[in-house]
Amino acid sequence: MKISRAEVEHVARLARLALQPEELDAMTGQMDAILGYVDKLNELDTEGIEPTAHAVPMENAFREDAVKPSIGVERAQQNAPETDGSCFKVPKVIE
Amino acid sequence: MDSRYEVVIGLEVHVQLTTKTKIFCGCSKDFGQEPNSQTCPVCLGLPGALPVLNKQVVEYAIKTGLATNHQIAPRSIFARKNYFYPDLPKGYQISQFELPICEHGWLNIETEELGKKKVGITRIHMEEDAGKLIHSDGNSSAVDLNRACTPLLEVVSEPDMRSADEAIAYLKQLHQIVMYLGVCDGNLEEGSFRCDANVSVRLWGQKELGTRAELKNLNSFRFIKQAIEYEVERQIDVIDDGGKVVQETRLFDADAGTTRSMRGKEEAHDYRYFPDPDLVPLVVDHAWVERVRAELPELPEAKLQRYQDELGLTEYDAGVISSERAVAEYFEALVGLHNNAKICANWVMGELSRALNENDIAIADCPVTPDLLAGILNRIADNTISGKIAKKVFEEIWQSGKTADQVIEEKGLKQVTDTGAIEAILDEIIAANQSQFEELKGGKEKLMGFFVGQVMKASKGKANPGMVNQLMQKKLKG
Repeated sequence: MKISRAEVEHVARLARLALQPEELDAMTGQMDAILGYVDKLNELDTEGIEPTAHAVPMENAFREDAVKPSIGVERAQQNAPETDGSCFKVPKVIE
Repeated sequence: MDSRYEVVIGLEVHVQLTTKTKIFCGCSKDFGQEPNSQTCPVCLGLPGALPVLNKQVVEYAIKTGLATNHQIAPRSIFARKNYFYPDLPKGYQISQFELPICEHGWLNIETEELGKKKVGITRIHMEEDAGKLIHSDGNSSAVDLNRACTPLLEVVSEPDMRSADEAIAYLKQLHQIVMYLGVCDGNLEEGSFRCDANVSVRLWGQKELGTRAELKNLNSFRFIKQAIEYEVERQIDVIDDGGKVVQETRLFDADAGTTRSMRGKEEAHDYRYFPDPDLVPLVVDHAWVERVRAELPELPEAKLQRYQDELGLTEYDAGVISSERAVAEYFEALVGLHNNAKICANWVMGELSRALNENDIAIADCPVTPDLLAGILNRIADNTISGKIAKKVFEEIWQSGKTADQVIEEKGLKQVTDTGAIEAILDEIIAANQSQFEELKGGKEKLMGFFVGQVMKASKGKANPGMVNQLMQKKLKG
């Protein structure tokens, strides 16, 4: 097994997904299959190859520090389920 | 402090940068605007929007890194730090994890109790800030994303500090440097310079670190000190009662002066970092680093030393003047125009600071420029006016912007150095105060001050006090 049911449960919780027990079983099976498939990459000999985070041979994409117009409160909130006119409203967060 | 235990403190400081725009988009980052008015698809985390790195942020990161003795990484990458919170629209914060831009730095600090020492800085990395959550009484919280995507440098120290005072010394030093560099406005209350403190205790001689608590919500130097001191006592009490310190985040409560546990965040530390595929690697070559190094201003620590070595200031005076860049620059301009550095320092720390404070004016906007102040000091030096009259002249210049020479001329403030004129005044005063004069002659030396004072008063402060003294001595002998 590449991944345990407990790990899937933990990752689901991190992702804020409430999975039913049968969903959890199904996910564990699927994720195990995916990880097993990806594990094939380990068969490659990568000796002497620099690790890389990106596949594109590109670096240093910058913008200058110049202000561009923002889109405005109304457009920023047009998809929001709930607002108070200026802020997004979300279920109460208690610290 | 309990002498059985050693205190261990490491600090994480978030430095908000003074760029015009956010780190990954062109939205303005002005403080105090209407909520959500400074947002765009990138900082709102809308699907498909792509971040592009603000070059100025990199420039500031290199600057700060060099000023705090870091190595600048030739290649660094950005990572996603994943967690869910309503102030984080994308569900991840773009930060740096492996390969941060600066590593292996240090700062020198000094405290009364523990003396001088070097505090290691593990790393400095660039990241975006989250938005702001406003908690209200009802069933909802409000989210303002103006601050989302604001550029931050996170400066992570080694666990090298051994007291709250050392922590404060380190923070003040770092604060001074970022202000000198102009990369941060340094405002603790507004959150431009935020500190989290990792605090633990261990028995003396113990090698392993004790379990630490992370203290948050520390928005003034005083609170930071209070919070650390409270936390140290609390941890010692827990251990003495046979308990174990729990690794957790604790919020400082400024009203109670205590820290309290922020429960329910124990899972939050599983951030699942991975390289952000939306941002290409950052490559900083030698030439870039050297160009920034050449542009660094002289830093407070170097000024402190130079003011003592080259200008003969005391350590205290040098410390006060070098603590703020604008003050140091004013002082240096003044010293260029008037050669007595000690007098320059006295005026900058005395009369000038007083007037600036009273009028709530920044030194950069001071109506009495170094040029005008040097004019006053030069007239004191050549005995045209006394130090006391000089303060009057200073006030006049503050109001009118005229030169010292103009004010002295217009107001007739030129010091009387004519021996005859002073002697005439003195004779009158002796005549009017004959009995005191006899007592003075008889050895009651305290009365000397009385006579000098009377002459100064009669001359409206214009008599040269040194000359009055000399003449008085002559009268006593004669």
